[in-house]
Amino acid sequence: MDAIILQILNGLDKGSAYALIALGLTLIFGTLGVVNFAHGALFMIGAFCAVTLSRVLSLSHKVEVPGETDFLGNPMMRDVPYAYEIFGESLGAGIIDWAVPLSILFAIPVMILIGVIMERGLIKHFYKRPHADQILVTFGLAIVLQEIIKYFYGANPIPTPAPSAFVGSFDFGALVGFDPGTIIYPYWRLVYFAFAAVIIGAVFAFLQFTTFGMVVRAGMADRETVGLLGINIDKRFTIMFGLAAAVAGLAGVMYTPINSPNYHMGMDFLVLSFVVVVVGGMGSLPGAVLAGFLLGILESFASMREVIAIIPGINQVIIYLVAIIILLTRPRGLMGRKGVMED
Amino acid sequence: MFGLDKKDASLLLIVAVLVAFAPFLLNPFPEGSAMAQFNAGYPDLMQRFVIFGIFAIGFNILFGLTGYLSFGHAAFLGVGSYAAVWMFKLLSMNVIPAIILAVITAGVFALIIGYVSLRRSGIYFSILTLAFAQMSFALAYSVLTPITGGETGLQLALDDPRILDGANQTNNIPVPGFFGMEMRDSTDLVLGNWIFTFNVGYYFAAIIMLISFYVSIRIFRSPFGMMLRAVKSNQQRLNYTGLNPRPYTLAAFVISGMYAGLAGGLMASMDPLAGAERMFWTASGEVVLMTILGGVGTLIGPVLGAGMIKYMENIISKINADILHSWFAFLPDGLEDLVVTMIYPFIGKGWHLTLGIVFMLVVIFLPGGLVQGGQKLAGLFGRKKAEDTKTATTEPAE
Repeated sequence: MDAIILQILNGLDKGSAYALIALGLTLIFGTLGVVNFAHGALFMIGAFCAVTLSRVLSLSHKVEVPGETDFLGNPMMRDVPYAYEIFGESLGAGIIDWAVPLSILFAIPVMILIGVIMERGLIKHFYKRPHADQILVTFGLAIVLQEIIKYFYGANPIPTPAPSAFVGSFDFGALVGFDPGTIIYPYWRLVYFAFAAVIIGAVFAFLQFTTFGMVVRAGMADRETVGLLGINIDKRFTIMFGLAAAVAGLAGVMYTPINSPNYHMGMDFLVLSFVVVVVGGMGSLPGAVLAGFLLGILESFASMREVIAIIPGINQVIIYLVAIIILLTRPRGLMGRKGVMED
Repeated sequence: MFGLDKKDASLLLIVAVLVAFAPFLLNPFPEGSAMAQFNAGYPDLMQRFVIFGIFAIGFNILFGLTGYLSFGHAAFLGVGSYAAVWMFKLLSMNVIPAIILAVITAGVFALIIGYVSLRRSGIYFSILTLAFAQMSFALAYSVLTPITGGETGLQLALDDPRILDGANQTNNIPVPGFFGMEMRDSTDLVLGNWIFTFNVGYYFAAIIMLISFYVSIRIFRSPFGMMLRAVKSNQQRLNYTGLNPRPYTLAAFVISGMYAGLAGGLMASMDPLAGAERMFWTASGEVVLMTILGGVGTLIGPVLGAGMIKYMENIISKINADILHSWFAFLPDGLEDLVVTMIYPFIGKGWHLTLGIVFMLVVIFLPGGLVQGGQKLAGLFGRKKAEDTKTATTEPAE
């Protein structure tokens, strides 16, 4: 029993990332009908927003330490981050420590901006083109974005730690009544899951309970009629693209402590996220979320030693295997709607 | 000639002449000059030109004719490489059985994957092929290590049986050859400052490439090719006519998989080594880039695209900041630095950036690729010239 719970917990953080990226992909696909291969790159840019902010915050300059000299007799110099001077020592240190969560505030406007520019500047011209062309042009865009990031940040992964309050693990088992020491779980992964749940909830609430969301949902169902009613649906869809980009970006921001960001992390996630979207059902938001968590948990179960002993290598292929089976037996995916991209 | 009409025959002839004289054409700059680094006439790169040309020609038969975008084509190339290396290990160092087995294995593999994947179309087909290719990659990397060599890749060893070759007397690992001619043999022709290298492996691969090219022209012009185009333009109408498109698309998929296997077998023949990274999805992405860049659905386009990408990968990527500085040394210092800083991100290690930008521009503005670009350019210089451009487009770009 404890092993099962442990595997479910292990699957949650990866599942959260899949679910968030797949949610964004589905938002874009459902509203604009565009297959966005650059979505992984948006995830990656989000992660690098966190890297940028933590670097900016820890910018420092040399300050003389009064009364001390080094062994050559010169005055002793020490690096003092500007943040210390602006916010005071203790608050400054706190801000630097909390750089990753603070990046959320920084990433949201940046990602929305990038998303809107992308939609207005490029994707807009591809609505009428075949899906293959959309895949190709966004694939090219993903390469370009990736290379730009590589140019500025180098090819190596950049470790970006979580706030020290969340470093380390805690005994989840003891909390829910198992023997102590059976289920150990890192704090940050729980934070990530909670964060993902909040974001997913917020997106659904936004679509469900606001007038804006209602119009967008109406537009997803029948774009033409909504347009005929005198509503500028294109503008709203552009905003939704920005929102989807922000969701992917936030998923990236919070993922940095789990996996040090590098320039190709987006592509690694993208392939899997597409599989997730297809399993969940093209154009179905709940399907994307459900499939994201399901596949994340399935993947972690498949990497159990006992399972690998029976079917070697299953942990590597389980997601693709599930995708193939789903596509062949339930072509619409788990929760796909009728008539959406059925060919 | 060979059952081709005049236009196609002359295209084939032009390609044959270009390929035959490639060692000269690709080495236009004298040895030791500043421009020598742009010479692409060394065997390794020339072999890659033709091998990836074959790969792209095969991909084009599937994507160009039927419109099915496969994102997992590298899997067949990888399978072909493994099959060929196993043939070298078990049977003989002669390349012929290795290549035959590579093509057959890739064909069977394509038949299985195609049978399953072609039940869906559009984006689903792309995802399915991608999933299969990633699965093959993951398996080759982990569980199938006894067959594939896992992370280190599949290599030849001294104590391989090689039934037909007899006992190995020397203490060296033998090299692949074609009835006594070793693939890595080359002769140099020195003319003044120029050195031209003629490599057995290159010419062997080039002849196979010309045969593949010929076969692809025949497919494009055949009733079968017409059928495939019908699949692309309107599958529903095809259904209404009472024709089942599935067997045709499956045949195209298998043929294109066999082309990929052939390329993989040749790659293993030039360098008897096969690794799982050849099956990674970025490798599949590369052949998509080549085909689109050159011109999808055209005969010569994929070969041009393959050549261009391989040239960029091997030549442009070698230019570093020092070389740039020496080029712009004639400018005043401040301006020189400015120009170099502006160009530097796009070349050398950043060549992928250039590739991505060029690719995007091609997809946006020239859906027919470089070939279409060439035709448009030729169209500017009058009607007459536009008609007899060297390229034979099969259909107007979308």
